[in-house]
Amino acid sequence: MTVYWLCFILFLTGLYGVITRRNLVKIAISLSIMEFSIFLLLALVGYADGAVAPIVDPADPFKVYVDPLPQAMVLTAIVIGLATTAMLMAVIIRLYRKYGTFDIREIKNLRG
Amino acid sequence: MELAISVIVGFMILGALYAIHARDLLSAVIAGGIVGYGLVICFLLLKAPDLAIVQIVVETITLIIMVAVVLDSSREEAFTKPDSKGYVTAATAIVIMAVLFYFLVVSSASLDRLGEGELRMSQSYIEGAVEKTGSVNLVTGVLFDFRGYDTLGEATVLITAVLGVLTILRIKGKK
Repeated sequence: MTVYWLCFILFLTGLYGVITRRNLVKIAISLSIMEFSIFLLLALVGYADGAVAPIVDPADPFKVYVDPLPQAMVLTAIVIGLATTAMLMAVIIRLYRKYGTFDIREIKNLRG
Repeated sequence: MELAISVIVGFMILGALYAIHARDLLSAVIAGGIVGYGLVICFLLLKAPDLAIVQIVVETITLIIMVAVVLDSSREEAFTKPDSKGYVTAATAIVIMAVLFYFLVVSSASLDRLGEGELRMSQSYIEGAVEKTGSVNLVTGVLFDFRGYDTLGEATVLITAVLGVLTILRIKGKK
């Protein structure tokens, strides 16, 4: 049960970063930390004691496998996470070139 | 097993805290890499080799993009004294965390202990999967056969993101 709590604490760390930081790069890092904690939670839910990786061995049909469904979902989510991060970084590059800073308060003041 | 994963997740939390509080942006990005690569080890311990392979590739690409962005800038995080607005955001963060914590305590009763969860709907994905999909890797079977449309949507999202990045980086800004 401890590991679920640690996973939740990792999520809260990312959330704290997103809310309190004022630097765009740090906000992007915190968002990916939140993503990672969710992936870890889903992989933990699918784990089974004494199970093997979900690759079927035809010679031994009575093996216990870990749950393949959360793994497939997390695989999709990881790739989409990469897409969102790349998009976010592209926006951040544009903002830096226009305003010369990563600080969202200064960007707010400079706008107009 | 649970102890090993707990230790690694503890290191990941330390790395995340350092990434959030580091003054230099380059060290923040590298410390963020601790979290991603720690996740790879967790996936390997949790018997998920496909996830580990994908995560290591994705984390490397993310790190390269972030380092490229950070090296192009002044790298320093502007230090500002905590003002009243800073206290308001910190208080907001604590309130949201408390609410989420309450819901975790409520819902933790329905979580199985680690490693003792039962297979629910995926039992039918496992039974006869090799005959149905022709793939000995069950994750591949789920991704490309049972849930092929999900994967098609994923590819669409990827192409949209690439087009979006190209569009954002190529437009000329107002002088």
